[in-house]
Amino acid sequence: MLISFCLNGELKKLNISPNRRVTDLLREDFGLTGTKEGCGTGECGACTILADGEPRLSCLMLAAQLEGKKIVTIEGLSDGQKLHPVQQAFIDYGAVQCGFCSPGMILSAAAFLRQTPEPSRDQIRESISGNLCRCTGYQKIVDALEAAAKIMQEE
Amino acid sequence: MSKYSFIGTEAPRPDAPEKVAGKAVYIQDLVRPGMIYGKIRYSEYAHARIKHIDTTKAEKLPGVNAVITGYDTPEIRIGFIKDNFALKKGKVRQYRDEVAAVAATDPDIAEEAAELIRVEYEEIPGVFSPENALKADAPLVHEEDMRGRPKTDNLVPVPWKFTAGDVEKARQEAAYIAEDHFETPMVQQSCMGTAGCIAEFDLQNNLLIHTKTQIPFLAQNDFNKALVAMGLKGKNTRVVIPTLGGSFGTGLDTHGYEYIAILLAYKTGKPVKIVLNREEEFSFQSPRQSSKTHIIQGCDKDGKLTFRDVRMTLDNGAYTSWGATTPSVMMLPISSIYRVPNIFYETRIVYTNNNYCQAMRGYGNPQAAWALESNLDQLAETAGIDPYELRMINRNIPDDITEMGLMISSCGMKECLEAVADKLDWKEKRRRRPAARGQESEESSESKARGVGMASLFHVGGSGRVYRSDGTGIIMKLDDFGNVGVITGGVEMGQGFDSALVLASAEALGVTPDRVTIISGDTVICPWDVGTHASRGAFTSCNAAIMAAEKVREKLFRMASEHFIPRIQFKLKQRKKKEPALNHTELEIQNIGYVKCEPSDFDMRKNRIFLKEKPDDPFLSLSLEEVLREAHYKEQGTMIVAEAFYDPCNEMLNAKTCRGNLSAAYIFGVQGAEVEVDTETGKVKILQFAAAHDVGRVINQQTIRGQIYGGIFQGVGYALCEEYKTEKGKNLNPNFLDYKILSAPDADFPIHIELIETNDEAGPFGAKGVGEPGLVPTAPAIANAIYDAVGVRIRDLPITPEKVMAAIQKKSGK
Repeated sequence: MLISFCLNGELKKLNISPNRRVTDLLREDFGLTGTKEGCGTGECGACTILADGEPRLSCLMLAAQLEGKKIVTIEGLSDGQKLHPVQQAFIDYGAVQCGFCSPGMILSAAAFLRQTPEPSRDQIRESISGNLCRCTGYQKIVDALEAAAKIMQEE
Repeated sequence: MSKYSFIGTEAPRPDAPEKVAGKAVYIQDLVRPGMIYGKIRYSEYAHARIKHIDTTKAEKLPGVNAVITGYDTPEIRIGFIKDNFALKKGKVRQYRDEVAAVAATDPDIAEEAAELIRVEYEEIPGVFSPENALKADAPLVHEEDMRGRPKTDNLVPVPWKFTAGDVEKARQEAAYIAEDHFETPMVQQSCMGTAGCIAEFDLQNNLLIHTKTQIPFLAQNDFNKALVAMGLKGKNTRVVIPTLGGSFGTGLDTHGYEYIAILLAYKTGKPVKIVLNREEEFSFQSPRQSSKTHIIQGCDKDGKLTFRDVRMTLDNGAYTSWGATTPSVMMLPISSIYRVPNIFYETRIVYTNNNYCQAMRGYGNPQAAWALESNLDQLAETAGIDPYELRMINRNIPDDITEMGLMISSCGMKECLEAVADKLDWKEKRRRRPAARGQESEESSESKARGVGMASLFHVGGSGRVYRSDGTGIIMKLDDFGNVGVITGGVEMGQGFDSALVLASAEALGVTPDRVTIISGDTVICPWDVGTHASRGAFTSCNAAIMAAEKVREKLFRMASEHFIPRIQFKLKQRKKKEPALNHTELEIQNIGYVKCEPSDFDMRKNRIFLKEKPDDPFLSLSLEEVLREAHYKEQGTMIVAEAFYDPCNEMLNAKTCRGNLSAAYIFGVQGAEVEVDTETGKVKILQFAAAHDVGRVINQQTIRGQIYGGIFQGVGYALCEEYKTEKGKNLNPNFLDYKILSAPDADFPIHIELIETNDEAGPFGAKGVGEPGLVPTAPAIANAIYDAVGVRIRDLPITPEKVMAAIQKKSGK
């Protein structure tokens, strides 16, 4: 089937098999391998993308569901010049270790912080509850997101 | 002020930008030209004879390039004692057993083809616990040993025993004794990035394998042996490591899937990629081994430990990985945590038809600490001594040699104990008796009881000589822009290795960290290293970097002694042309014209080479790159490259006595928890957690805290919820819904981290290894706090609400 959607700011029109998983479409057809697959069953959150600004698990989405949507992957989160405040805070606050969960975690958090400019630490933890991380113990991730929230408010 | 420019600072990680931008390339992301996909067909039984394998349907499926079994490929033996095979023949001994494999143009076709393989089995009885496996009439997992001699029992031929003094006499003389039995379950490393590799051959039949490993050079050795088995004697393997999505010990062995990818690549002549999905990662990779420990400790009337008797049984599973050597590390705390003169320790490792186990972060120490530190609190209660005081009385001290022959140099155990007690307000909280404690607190209702507990750790902090070499190589190479390539055999797997090496290299060399680039993970390019394990990465590689930096500086300063003055004079002349009023410089030109510079006259800091005697003279310094260009562009030029190989002054354990100074330094730590136990549900809530670790010296504030936070959190999971469940050898929870690793909302309690700097003489800038220990004492600290709260002792992990509830009910006689 023919679908059209906006991917990281560019309009895409393509013929696809409607039951193709969005994770595979992004990673294989578009080479956007920043979208990770950690489980393939919607449990770990590594494959999170933004669809019309909302975090979605791309491993549970079929390509047909992209129709008319505005999709942002980790590659499209920054403007190409400067990293998104959440990305920068992840670097500055040591929220990254192995990094496999980072893209999904960052996208979930970026969407949340846009809607909740002054979050509590509990709200921050809840916002990334669907994104598993094995390395960090989440402490520095929450620190980073607290800092990013302040920076996003200033901007 | 610190004497260091970069050591001990809070520095961002060099690998972070690529990772947050989604640009880091993990094995999942890597594509090689012409690549096809492999899929493994695993056993359908825990223990069965293979009667027949029919691959015809799979072979006929369009898109299939190859189908292989153990019957049509060379026999490749793998594992620590070579009791495992890449593909199985004759019988399967676990559900994880690889029976056949396919390669196809597409992952879906490969999966379909793997399912089309028909295997006929004849099931035979299995053994699923060490106790059953040790019964006289138990079925044998292996009928023969590696040399083909008949086996008569299910014991793994890797026994561990350590004795010191006279335990029996000490036991009779002890004033107080505590004896109990403790268990830990299998748990899964749960790397967010699953395992995988891409194997390919060049036209000369040399192997290139991109793979997820912590031991590139030992893997090269393993794979080269596989090449010999395949009839490719004299051919070589190049191991390349992509970005690792966590490892936690999974990469300490080479695995069946890697050999299968190699066999498929050889057969098809194409690069073959095998990446495990999450279910495969759970069901067909090796978890941390379970343990059963019988422990007795005793002390005199003043609380001084007099003996320790520890007998442990480990479930090996069906084959033997390097995990069979974890008792060598368990032995460290068992023999040496706290000062104890009489020790008996024995571990039996037993074959079962469970999935075979391997090491995980902590290398046996979490299992040992669980028994040791839980039992120590029992002894404290028996002796009527506060658990903190008992630990303080028996604490390890600096410059001590333990019964095992471990030569403790720096030791901050006292400071760690004090810091944790202070953070938890230990004395005040313990003063109130458990029964009253819940009601005294305003936040607690009557059904909730609070308690505090602590536990200590003792671990290798100066690498560990598990192999004959404990060495690591570093090459430093400078370009003519003053950039430094630091080429290492060590592996970044998320722990922050690169960041430590950047700071240590910059500090030792006298450049800024932005000049340093780490190159790693390629056996052709990188110097040899025994592997990134035993918390040794930063300790060994930073020591090697210091040695290499010294050589670089010698070469640079030799260059400087030749070129420095002429270059300075030239620059001053140029400058004077523009600024004729520069009187001071005229003087300097005349003065330095007479000074003969020796290499030893120079120093370098933050990319500038200067005369030691005049460190602040703005005219008498040159940038590093100016000197480097002189080296490269002069006639008969040279280049600045140096290498160093660091092998710590530690010892392998004596095979008979199990004695020896295994590590060049030892790391200590204490963790403490305050918990609230809901006596109506058994649910345990951590209110706060304190961790004090003797780290020698902090290299990077950011990454060291990251390691400890992360370790504690894995330890909390080990304590409260993680369990790799099996039924007759089959994994029952191969996903993150049924295997719970903690998520962010679980991290709702404050963690106080105190870093104690004891400046170890063997450590780079005084630093000791810190990678593993964060999770070692976490579970017993929590269990001890639960006991303090509600008076029930949980002996088998994880401490689920059901177990706590059952124990509370049993205690109250309900």
